[in-house]
Amino acid sequence: MSPFLFFLLAVPLVVFSLGVVLARSPVRSALSLVVALFLLAVMFFLLDARMIAALQVIVYAGAIMVLFLFVIMLLNLQQEPVETARPGQRTIAGVFSLVFLFFMGAIALRGLPVMPGPGVETAVTPSFGSVEALAERLFTRHALAFEVTSVLLLVAIVGAVVLARKIQR
Amino acid sequence: MQQSISVLVTFVLVGGLVAVMVSLGWLLGPRTETPAKGEAFECGNPPSGSAWGRFPVKFYMTAIIFIIFDVEVVFLYPWAVLFDRLGWFGFAEMLVFLTVLGFGLLYVWQKGALEWD
Amino acid sequence: MLTLILISAVKALIVVAMVLNLAGILGWVERKGSALIQDRIGANRAAIFGFAGAGLVNTLLADPIKFLTKEDVIPRGVDRLLHTLAPCVSLFPAMVAFAVVPFGDRLHVGELVVNLQAIEVDVGVLFLLAMTSLGVYGVVLGGWASNNRLSLLGGIRGSAQMISYELAMGLGVVAVVLTYGSLDFQEIVRRQGHMIGGWIPSWGILYQPLAFLLLLIAGIAETKRAPFDLPEGESEIVSGYFTEYSGIKYLMFFMTDFVEIAIVSAVVTTFFFGGWQIPFLGSQGFVFPWGWSLALPHVVVVLLQVAAYMVKVFVFCCLQVLVRWSMPRLRYDQLMWFGWKVMLPLGLANLVVTALVLLWVRG
Repeated sequence: MSPFLFFLLAVPLVVFSLGVVLARSPVRSALSLVVALFLLAVMFFLLDARMIAALQVIVYAGAIMVLFLFVIMLLNLQQEPVETARPGQRTIAGVFSLVFLFFMGAIALRGLPVMPGPGVETAVTPSFGSVEALAERLFTRHALAFEVTSVLLLVAIVGAVVLARKIQR
Repeated sequence: MQQSISVLVTFVLVGGLVAVMVSLGWLLGPRTETPAKGEAFECGNPPSGSAWGRFPVKFYMTAIIFIIFDVEVVFLYPWAVLFDRLGWFGFAEMLVFLTVLGFGLLYVWQKGALEWD
Repeated sequence: MLTLILISAVKALIVVAMVLNLAGILGWVERKGSALIQDRIGANRAAIFGFAGAGLVNTLLADPIKFLTKEDVIPRGVDRLLHTLAPCVSLFPAMVAFAVVPFGDRLHVGELVVNLQAIEVDVGVLFLLAMTSLGVYGVVLGGWASNNRLSLLGGIRGSAQMISYELAMGLGVVAVVLTYGSLDFQEIVRRQGHMIGGWIPSWGILYQPLAFLLLLIAGIAETKRAPFDLPEGESEIVSGYFTEYSGIKYLMFFMTDFVEIAIVSAVVTTFFFGGWQIPFLGSQGFVFPWGWSLALPHVVVVLLQVAAYMVKVFVFCCLQVLVRWSMPRLRYDQLMWFGWKVMLPLGLANLVVTALVLLWVRG
């Protein structure tokens, strides 16, 4: 991915991510997240991780964000009520953000060994990100993790049903 | 490379077309605002109350069950591509996976989360 | 680089032109077809110098011009940005999704080899599913941003319906991918090129009849047309999520409908009816099993294949129009029952049986 394309996508990505936090209307906020996730998927695509890009859109933008929108509509959240922050809340949030920013910045500046990015696309093998390569790993070496995922999903189903029945009562 | 170019070019072209359509409608259409026109359409009656009411929890349930089974289906795509190489091992692997989630479906079914009346 | 961009642009233009024309012609098929079914005359008013072209002037010329020059009414108290965005978010993914389906084989122009697929992606099937899964936002947004309870009702109904049938659609697609072992549309079409015993084209319908039904039904449910048209159920909620839309924005929602029909047809054609393949037509021309053969130049072969693809897609579009005008609307509980308790288990069973048969056949 050329630096030009990277910034063409990264700048709106940051803008929409900010939109998620700053938008007053919850629907706009959720939609900003959808756009941000979509842009992220385009970046994955341009980095030759096409499978991940597609799954990113199918699962995150196409499924999870629909649930977010449903919750917003279900609870009839119109406008975010003017918050009455507890004293010190903002300070703590700020400190945590700064610490997070510091570590992320440190990682970004040092660069990860195999992270393809602007100018390092040659480091990638031809089969990188291909469906076969991913499936090979997932269904042989990580077979157990894959099976455990099904149990995790089962727990999620049970949890959802139990919680919803409580709400209905 | 070719793949990225074809996607970007199509995105730009279709996005441009959609933008042109919206702006053409905005340019060519007349604009006259009257109080009656701005009203929400409720078959001629003046709209009563806010449109944004609360919704049954059923829809929320549908969405959450959908996410879980969507993730299940997503696991199936790479498995299907590699199925020839995985053979019986892959079949057994997926059968266990599907059985566990099949119980999930039966549970949801039996608890009546899929009933609509 | 520049040639690559140019070729991509030309292909994307071809597909966009294809889909726009198809939408227009389908508008005509729908209006005239429904008239035929209901024993009416149908669109016949607009004419140029007395030439009405059996309603074609109406649907291809008069309708778009009228939509363009109508006022775009935005109701009071709505989020104007979201109201405008909704039809765009509805139309964009639909048109992009159509572009990923190949409309022909590789075309050789001198040194150049042009793959007749506007978006050449090796995970094309996933790309298509990703784009169609975004289609739900147009519905949700249209419903939400209208300040109208009927719209909101339509939007929520529509989105719940779309996600419910997406599962069955996904399972049908997995069964097809399992059969061909590829996520690449071109690869899937090529696999359907040979003849079983020299006579029967090895089209996907022979291997996956149940997946065909699942995909077609789920596809019709995704397009939100009768018998699955509860989101716009005009007898109860005016016209659902686009009640408060007029002018070009209404046209865009309307076009999305037709583009989605085209996608369903294109996918069904590609998965189950050989895509651009014509039986007995190889790269050198026709070769029939009873000994006849007809040599054809390369360009003619490719053009014939593109034409075959378009004809197949059009036939399935017409089938969907026919379905729409002959089926009564389902009730919502029936709709959900069918999606979750019939389609989903059927899809799972089909998948397991397919895998077993494949293991048995391939050893």
